[in-house]
Amino acid sequence: MINNIKFIQGNEACVEGALYAGLDFFAGYPITPSTEIAEMMSIRLPQIGGKFLQMEDEIASMCAIIGASLTGHKVLTATSGPGFSLKQEALGYAIMAEIPCVIVNVQRGGPSTGNPTHVSQGDVNQSRWGTHGDHAIIVLTASNHQDVFAITVEAFNMAETYRTPVILLFDEVVGHMRERLVIPEKGDIPLVQRLKTAIKRDVDYHPYLPREDGRLPMSDFGEDHRYNVTGLFHDMWGFPTDNPQVVHGLLRHLVDKINNNVHQIARLKEYFLEDATTILISYGSSARSALHLGSALHLAKERRTRGERLGLIELQTLWPFPYGIIRQKCENARFIVVVEMNMGQMLHEIKLAVNNPEKVFLANRIDGELITPDDIKKIIRLIQGKGV
Amino acid sequence: MEKCRIIFSGSGGQGIITAAVILAEAAVLHEDMMAVQSQVYGPQARGGVSRSDVIISDSRIDFPKVIQPNVLVCLTQASYNTYSPMIRPGGLLLSDEKYVSTDRKAEARQISLPMYEAVMEKIKKPVVFNICVLGVLISLTKLVKPESIMKVLETRIPSELVKLNRKALDIGIQMGAKHFRG
Repeated sequence: MINNIKFIQGNEACVEGALYAGLDFFAGYPITPSTEIAEMMSIRLPQIGGKFLQMEDEIASMCAIIGASLTGHKVLTATSGPGFSLKQEALGYAIMAEIPCVIVNVQRGGPSTGNPTHVSQGDVNQSRWGTHGDHAIIVLTASNHQDVFAITVEAFNMAETYRTPVILLFDEVVGHMRERLVIPEKGDIPLVQRLKTAIKRDVDYHPYLPREDGRLPMSDFGEDHRYNVTGLFHDMWGFPTDNPQVVHGLLRHLVDKINNNVHQIARLKEYFLEDATTILISYGSSARSALHLGSALHLAKERRTRGERLGLIELQTLWPFPYGIIRQKCENARFIVVVEMNMGQMLHEIKLAVNNPEKVFLANRIDGELITPDDIKKIIRLIQGKGV
Repeated sequence: MEKCRIIFSGSGGQGIITAAVILAEAAVLHEDMMAVQSQVYGPQARGGVSRSDVIISDSRIDFPKVIQPNVLVCLTQASYNTYSPMIRPGGLLLSDEKYVSTDRKAEARQISLPMYEAVMEKIKKPVVFNICVLGVLISLTKLVKPESIMKVLETRIPSELVKLNRKALDIGIQMGAKHFRG
């Protein structure tokens, strides 16, 4: 099945995952290091009858995918740092109006135009709190191309399941490097399709009236039903309201539909955790360095018997942060080392999650280069009081 | 197979990134091995010292960059000066006679060959220089079979150029064969 095996960039693996998930509309404005996503979409989408739009900027791209999603399409936009900043206002609109959509941010160094061609993981908190107002959000990531593919499909599934924007937070190393991807057969990964209303044309349809299970069936905009969509707090018809009860109920709904499902949304991978005394927690490309170190030590069995038992948790769901899961998995660790390429953004959440925050340390690198296994090893030795 | 870590270096436009991608793709698609390829982006890719890393292995590759190459290819003096101190002791350093004077001590086997000259003499087209370098490389290391390289090339280039590339690959293979040490 050589046709199913590809040797491609992470950005291309994301495109393959999106197409597998049923994406048929992309709007974007190219920016390094995400450009290959737009480039591949401009080639692939016309071939399958989908639409590719290069917009005038990132705000317009975000607005375009919101409109296209409302008409029943699976949609994506892709950007990096400065472009992600521009998208924040419309991202809030999509959260408020409950529009399923997927936004890729292939992170580069920031703030501002920053370090465009180099790796960083500095947008972790922006992806959580970048748009104003109280809200919940789903943010996913991955460290290798097979996982980039799978998590992209998951992003589309979660966007439909929870009627929400989902952010894919990749980084320059994963986006640009090439490695093997085996594309699964159709049907191997289940797909969640749009939940559509059964209400017939010319019968009253309430776009924001939840079913008993809390989900909101959609009606393709411009087809059978006329309804209102707004960024203002709205009632079940979609019309603006400042009724305190409705405002309270809607905000609770927007937050609860995600935060009450942390365990369904949480994705993480575990390596060598069973007897680990030091646990590394990482995500994205820095998790590859952590895994390299963990595997090397695991292979060197005699080191493990000398007490250097290193385990790894690779986070794939960054938000909502799985506090309970992390607390439980880190219960027996003497040290927890968070490996990330920023000033300690996930570090903060992990300190909140565990019973003893003083045992949590940061192993980071912020110079635009990928953190190496040796960098991590030196920091672990310092923490353990062994010197470098 | 042990992991083989390769750095291709030269100046933007010499085709070193293409060569790196072709080698890694041949290993993955036609030899059932694992490979990871990465490259330096930014201004370097448009002139200046350009670099691409390839790791080939029969098992999973985690850290994707090359810190200490077993095999280093240098196609300019600047890249030789920059990267030759990085090579793993006992490694292989391949350079082109026309562009590089191998005037530094390296704890590696330094092989300098007139690859560019041979391509210009026999094919008269510098565009296939990188394929000739690949030919030398696979002839010296036996990383992948020439047929695997050709299979990748056939999907990447216009059919009328396949013969030209095959010829460049063969010139390289013959040059490398004289220096192969089993």
